[in-house]
Amino acid sequence: MSAAEDKYILHPEGEIKIETKDLDMYYGNFQALTDVSVAMPSRHITALIGPSGCGKSSFLRCLNRMNEVIPEARVDGQVLLDGNDIYQADTDVVQLRKRVGMVFQRPNPFPMSIYDNVAYGPRLHTATRGSELDEIVERSLRGAALWGEVKDKLHQSAMDLSGGQQQRLCIARVLAVEPEVLLMDEPCSALDPTATFRIEELMTELRESYTIIIVTHNMYQASRVSQYTGFFLLGEIIEYGHTEQIFENPADRRTDDYVRGRFG
Amino acid sequence: MKRSIAGAREWLIESTIRLAGVLAIIFVLLIFAFLLHDALPVFSEASLSDLLTGRSWRPTSEPAQLGMLPLILGSLYVTVGALVIAIPLGLGCAVFISEVAPVRMREILKPLVEMLAAIPSVVYGFLGLLMIGPWLADLMDLPIGQFAALGSLMLAFMALPTIVSISEDAIRNVPVTLRSGSLALGATDWQTIVRVVVPAARSGIIAASLLGLGRAIGETMTVLMVTGNAAVIPQGLAGFLKPVRTMTATIAAEMGETAYQTPHYHALFTIGLVLFVITYKHNAHSECPKG
Amino acid sequence: MRIVSAQKAEKLSFAGLWLCTAIVILPVLGITVVLVWRGASALSWDLIVGTPHGLLAPIVGTILLVTLTGLIAAPLGIAAAVYLTEYSRGGPLVRLVRLAIVNLAGVPSVVYGLFGLALFVTLFHFGRSLLAGACTLALLVLPLVISTSEEALRQVPGSLRHASLALGASQWQTVRRVVLPNALPGIITGLILSIGRAAGETAPILFTAAFYSLTDPFPNSLLDPILALPYQLFVMVMEVPNVAPATKWATAFVLLAIVLGMNIVAVILRARLRGSRRW
Repeated sequence: MSAAEDKYILHPEGEIKIETKDLDMYYGNFQALTDVSVAMPSRHITALIGPSGCGKSSFLRCLNRMNEVIPEARVDGQVLLDGNDIYQADTDVVQLRKRVGMVFQRPNPFPMSIYDNVAYGPRLHTATRGSELDEIVERSLRGAALWGEVKDKLHQSAMDLSGGQQQRLCIARVLAVEPEVLLMDEPCSALDPTATFRIEELMTELRESYTIIIVTHNMYQASRVSQYTGFFLLGEIIEYGHTEQIFENPADRRTDDYVRGRFG
Repeated sequence: MKRSIAGAREWLIESTIRLAGVLAIIFVLLIFAFLLHDALPVFSEASLSDLLTGRSWRPTSEPAQLGMLPLILGSLYVTVGALVIAIPLGLGCAVFISEVAPVRMREILKPLVEMLAAIPSVVYGFLGLLMIGPWLADLMDLPIGQFAALGSLMLAFMALPTIVSISEDAIRNVPVTLRSGSLALGATDWQTIVRVVVPAARSGIIAASLLGLGRAIGETMTVLMVTGNAAVIPQGLAGFLKPVRTMTATIAAEMGETAYQTPHYHALFTIGLVLFVITYKHNAHSECPKG
Repeated sequence: MRIVSAQKAEKLSFAGLWLCTAIVILPVLGITVVLVWRGASALSWDLIVGTPHGLLAPIVGTILLVTLTGLIAAPLGIAAAVYLTEYSRGGPLVRLVRLAIVNLAGVPSVVYGLFGLALFVTLFHFGRSLLAGACTLALLVLPLVISTSEEALRQVPGSLRHASLALGASQWQTVRRVVLPNALPGIITGLILSIGRAAGETAPILFTAAFYSLTDPFPNSLLDPILALPYQLFVMVMEVPNVAPATKWATAFVLLAIVLGMNIVAVILRARLRGSRRW
């Protein structure tokens, strides 16, 4: 606990969905994360901020083991999902990624129809077909606030959608797998302000049923959508607390400098 | 339970793919093993130095004379001749395509050069034998339209696509900054090409030439058809205008008429083994400049 | 004064480069023109279906041979490419695999013929047959299939793989449902190129598959030997006396047309593929 105190790390009250303990991460010899211990509460939005290269995206990827896609990436420490360490040897990565969905920085729809994009996950994991699958697709597209715009062209290519629509499609695609946690890696960085606004609205709606963790370089976005905020610098988490407190009354001078735009 | 079945399936597929991945290694070893296996018995007839330096190839005489020197020298003549023609031409063509030709012309030239590689070797042989050989023999007053230099000429064109396309890549990969540096000093385009660009692309051009050499040594049907197939030791420069016989052509011409497991059969596999070792060493080398 | 001479030298040199290029390119055009002119004019219905030296049997033989070659080489080559792009993570084994591929590509075609003779014809008892020839040719084109498939797989952006994995797809599900479908056009282009290469090869089938017959028979099984266009041309030019020149030219023309035709199809496919890529 002393480490938490001298680093201003809040331990939120209420149900904790994901918690990391002494998480270190390396790319080959380069240490990308050092000793990150942080707890993220259920059905809230947690924002991770910090300058580029601070490790916030790497951290996010540790939470569904997508870091393992990168050769030579290595992790020490624990990541507890509902109290169970996801880095245990017997963890089924496929099950884990079903529970912990991810939306990427750039919209990355598959070059298939809108329908097939959303149906991709359910088709992998279940034998769902026909009207049952149609329902899942509709529910997911509604959940991502995209249904109204695409309901008449479900079988057209997803590549014809605008960037903002593509990103919401990617969210729908994740929702179709019925995850418990949504990881969002700068989901609006490739979008215009209108599309960004729609995604932020959507996140606020989704918060009712999902635990959301968002990485963003946009501090206004973090302050608008999140309830908890963590500040990363050089692979360490410097400060973690209620969003209001982080932005209005940060405890660490470096956090203060960053949220006031003195660097980054 | 379902998960473990899916897991087993995944494991099976992954193992199959990994096996397919290392197949190339297995095949190289298999080829080597089989060549060696069918070549080795020849050494009960003759020693390695007898084979490699023997001056007489008369495999059907009694006892068989299995000296490969005429064949090795035949391959050497034809190949060296081919490179003498192909390297300067190929380099010139590569420089033209990458440095001089306008973009649209480049888009046409590159596929045309690739087409050159697509023409089957029997077609080259056919044209060489029926048209170009007699025509050259007429022109130079030779007694016969099948000779080493004709093989070189045909092989040069078969090696050119390799030489052109790899050299062209190497030349195009020379950083623009080097070029601008030279041009800014008042050098003309041509001076820049000769003094900066080509030297900078040297290792790629050498690799291209070595690969072209590999193609030329291994080419079979064309040389079989146009070089006259005389297993004699070529003499001096005049040897280029006389018939020769290469290693590859010997295998192609004689394997069909050789009884299984005779010394002749084993000797032909020995030639195959020699070719395999030459091209193996040489490919390992031509890959090196990159690394 | 010096500037003028430098510019003159440049003009002269560029003319020299022009000449090199013309010398390299003209033969392709020349060969095509001569063969079309003499071959196509010699081509007749009689030449195709007549006997002996009819073109139909060797055309059918070549088509059977390269189809079977493709069927054997495609799964092996694509699987090897999938290993290299999707499953391997570098290291000495992969370097060794790459070295082996380069070396396979450099093995002279007649040496493949010897290997096919020793392994498929003799040891496996396939005899001189369609099957033995196709196995030999499949080995010959394998490096080409691997490298073209690998290139096609690498064109599929990593973001699609990540999206699929993040949705809980396994490695193989990702490969089968996302990577392979998107790489397929490129893979097929490479296969056409490889098969075109196989169609023109003579040395590998010299002792493994091809034979010559005055009755122009068709094969009845995989274990029958076949007539093949390149071998037919070779035999008519080198070994059988008194074949009518028109027959030779027509055979050469048909062979070139098939091989170049496949290459042109591949080049066009590749160009269209580049135009239609959407990521």
